[in-house]
Amino acid sequence: MSGHVSPKSTYFTIFGALMVCTILTVLAAFVNLGDLNFPVALTIAVFKATLVVLFFMHVKYGSKLTKLIVGTAFFFLGIMLTLTLSDYLSRGWFTSARGSTSAASITNITGPLTTGARPLEPTPQNNSPK
Amino acid sequence: MPDGTIAAHDEHQGHHHPALQHHFQDLDQQHEASTLGMWLFLVTEVMFFGGLILAYTLYRVWYPTAWALGSEELNIYLGGFNTIVLIGSSLTMALAVRSAQTGAQRATVGWLLLTMALGLTFLIVKFFEYREKFLTGHVPGPNFRFEGPEAPHVQIFFSLYFALTGVHALHMVIGLGLMTVITIMSYRKRFSPEWYTPVELGGLYWHFVDIVWIFLFPLLYLVDRSHHIV
Repeated sequence: MSGHVSPKSTYFTIFGALMVCTILTVLAAFVNLGDLNFPVALTIAVFKATLVVLFFMHVKYGSKLTKLIVGTAFFFLGIMLTLTLSDYLSRGWFTSARGSTSAASITNITGPLTTGARPLEPTPQNNSPK
Repeated sequence: MPDGTIAAHDEHQGHHHPALQHHFQDLDQQHEASTLGMWLFLVTEVMFFGGLILAYTLYRVWYPTAWALGSEELNIYLGGFNTIVLIGSSLTMALAVRSAQTGAQRATVGWLLLTMALGLTFLIVKFFEYREKFLTGHVPGPNFRFEGPEAPHVQIFFSLYFALTGVHALHMVIGLGLMTVITIMSYRKRFSPEWYTPVELGGLYWHFVDIVWIFLFPLLYLVDRSHHIV
């Protein structure tokens, strides 16, 4: 069978790189980067995942068809995240103090917040100190 | 199968590997088809966890303070330890597949057992983390307890924490079951450098579960450790 056999050293190197990245992500979390903490953590995670996919899961040595299938997974994940977030994150961007659309838009922003919170409002005994 | 059938078949195609199924040309083609099928399954898994992580991201954007408070309640040492354990188990799994490729069946069994031991370690640590959450009342539901005005939103954080880590842990339990079967097959010398597809596919599954945790660790445990938000 033509399966590619990687040398053991490759696996130990990748493991070492993953460990270094794990330490980096913990250290980065304790540094105040403002709004950048979340993107930095995600970038390191994506890099680690790429190492695992390419070397541990042998996609680097796989057929073009395998690479295409793997690509579609992340392509469709990207569509799901991008289109959904481009809606939710952009709400309220184009509202102005005057103009008829602003009131409706603000309702849209606060809509999910209030409806999401209401059923979970704690009752007094739930919130009492133990 | 009666002897006559084998003989008749051999007249047509000559000797072939016992693992080769008759609708494939050769073992290479069969292996390629199996790998592709496994990857198609993993694509659906990416979308499955992707949906949960999308929900996580939206609520995190809406309630950043609650996310910071909730994450602070998680034990970073246990989470970090489990990250090292799981990445380590990916290394031993990769070495198990390599041993199977090179025909070292005893080594394959050894690496698989080590992988299972590390997977079990992860689940035991997870058990004690869950136990602590039950004892402190951080499990969403009627007995959820949390101080302050952000309590209802922190409850959403813990709902997603249990959904994400729970489904991940379930995948690990399934992975341990698969590996038990593969280890027994390997112990009975069912694999060879010509055919080790179950080890390879089991490896793909286990590495995928590792990747999910690579995302879950920073998303759940490291939200606001620098106290930018609270």
